Amino acid sequence: MKWLWSLLALLLGRGRRGAPAHVERQRLIPEQPPSPRGENIVLALLALAALCFAAFVAVYVLDRLPDHTQLLGLALGLGFAFAAAACIVVSRLLVPVEEISEPYANEPNVAQVEEVEQLVGESGSRLTRKRLLKVAALGTGGAMGAAIIAPIASLGPAIDPDALRRDGWRRGMRLVDSKGRPLSADHIESKSFYTAFPQDVSHDELWAPLVVVRVDAERLDLPHGRDPRLWAPEGIVAYSKICTHAGCAIALYRAPLNEATSARPALVCPCHYSTFDPATGAQVLFGPAGRPLPQLPLLIDERRELRAGGHFSNDVGPSWWGVRRGRA
Amino acid sequence: MRIWLVLLAALALAPAAAADRGRDLYFANCVWCHGAGLQGIESAAAHSSPGNGPAGGPPLLGVGAMAAHLYLTTGYMPLRSPTQQPKRRRPHFSAPDIAALVGFIGAHGGPPVPHVHPERGSVKTGLTIFTEHCAGCHQMVGEGGIVSGASVPALKAATATQIAEAVRVGPYVMPRFDKHDISPRELDSLVRYVLYTDHPDNRGGWSIGLLGPFPEGMVAWLIAGIALLALARVIGEGLKR
Repeated sequence: MKWLWSLLALLLGRGRRGAPAHVERQRLIPEQPPSPRGENIVLALLALAALCFAAFVAVYVLDRLPDHTQLLGLALGLGFAFAAAACIVVSRLLVPVEEISEPYANEPNVAQVEEVEQLVGESGSRLTRKRLLKVAALGTGGAMGAAIIAPIASLGPAIDPDALRRDGWRRGMRLVDSKGRPLSADHIESKSFYTAFPQDVSHDELWAPLVVVRVDAERLDLPHGRDPRLWAPEGIVAYSKICTHAGCAIALYRAPLNEATSARPALVCPCHYSTFDPATGAQVLFGPAGRPLPQLPLLIDERRELRAGGHFSNDVGPSWWGVRRGRA
Repeated sequence: MRIWLVLLAALALAPAAAADRGRDLYFANCVWCHGAGLQGIESAAAHSSPGNGPAGGPPLLGVGAMAAHLYLTTGYMPLRSPTQQPKRRRPHFSAPDIAALVGFIGAHGGPPVPHVHPERGSVKTGLTIFTEHCAGCHQMVGEGGIVSGASVPALKAATATQIAEAVRVGPYVMPRFDKHDISPRELDSLVRYVLYTDHPDNRGGWSIGLLGPFPEGMVAWLIAGIALLALARVIGEGLKR
């Protein structure tokens, strides 16, 4: 922040340090009266553009508004439109247009170069509030820059990284299907897969959706420390349905009818084909995912219904830089 | 008189003849992989050297007429090599031969060929079920795609019965869905939706292959890009004057 202010001060202060006295030359462009109206329009447009860019940042950061995406597009689009309009007004109303075309000379023509420099200098002579306009343009540019880099915030929470570690599963929570019906252990068949959610919790929570499959007992080879009686009762395993690569839903289950002649059973993400082995704690078999799917321990209650046996084994959702830090 | 007697005898023996036909066809075409008692043949070579060595195939006891009908009417069976992925092609057997084989395999137990009633289902419900269970692999309008290690067939050519059978059987690496997961009523809707995708109602006009965001994005970039270039040109020309 400090360096931003110093940069601003540097840019603004430049003009103040006694500009060298210009050698009076004959004007090339006839002098035109200043146009306060035009300047006001430019200032207003720049202010509007800055406001739109600021609104983009605000909408992006808030992230809770309805029609969020449309508002983002509107703010960014209007911001650029106002900035463009300001540029057009400057060029049409405030800066005289002068076209010079001359044959190209091989030797540098000092007189011509000076002439062009003079033209450039004079073309700004109509502006009366140069510093104010400069501040406005800088402000708008800054707001535009802020709007463009605002999405960096999505790379991970800088203030509250624990927000990514949210896991609402508690021991005893009942698993239900997408229509809210409890999942019975007797209805979980091998070679089939089931999507489950915690009862009475929004399906939009990152930790909520599960994929449940039944694994053959002889194939089961869970990581060290996961007791099959808790993590795979009767061969039933539950993993987070959210891929650890980019957060898509694990919507594919490769379930070979004849295992001897085709690929082994695997959970597959349809986005980038990350492939996980449900028998080994969802270790990555193939694809860009960098870590296994988080597993949820399970209980089978006296009514043969599935319930959570505790928390996930790892953090749910797509990976971020701190995902391996802290909890195992 | 003799002719009538022969005809009568033929009629009486017809079902037996069909069963014999099924048995003959099985022993002529299927026994190599599925075994003389439909018990399947285990093959260690199936893992290591596809195409060579003794063929290995899954047991057919209890798969029922349903699976036999699906695999034979889609041309999935017979396979050239047991490690090959079955692909849809013209059925290898004629319709009466398929009926005879389905009858022979169905006689060993298992679910019958299902009856589906897509006309009783709703496209809307079908879409919801398809999105939840099928679209991950088969894409939204049944165009097919890939899953790691296998290709996913398009559903354009599938008949109502074949769709219902595939849902219950889970051919090749497809998972299967039992009646607790997709009820018979829901299956009617699902089949109706899949049949609908053969001729979807493209409200937007141009379907661009119904492949989703990639072709749509390309069209947007190419057409919108050219339009923006043209606009920039018009503005530039306007400013010159």
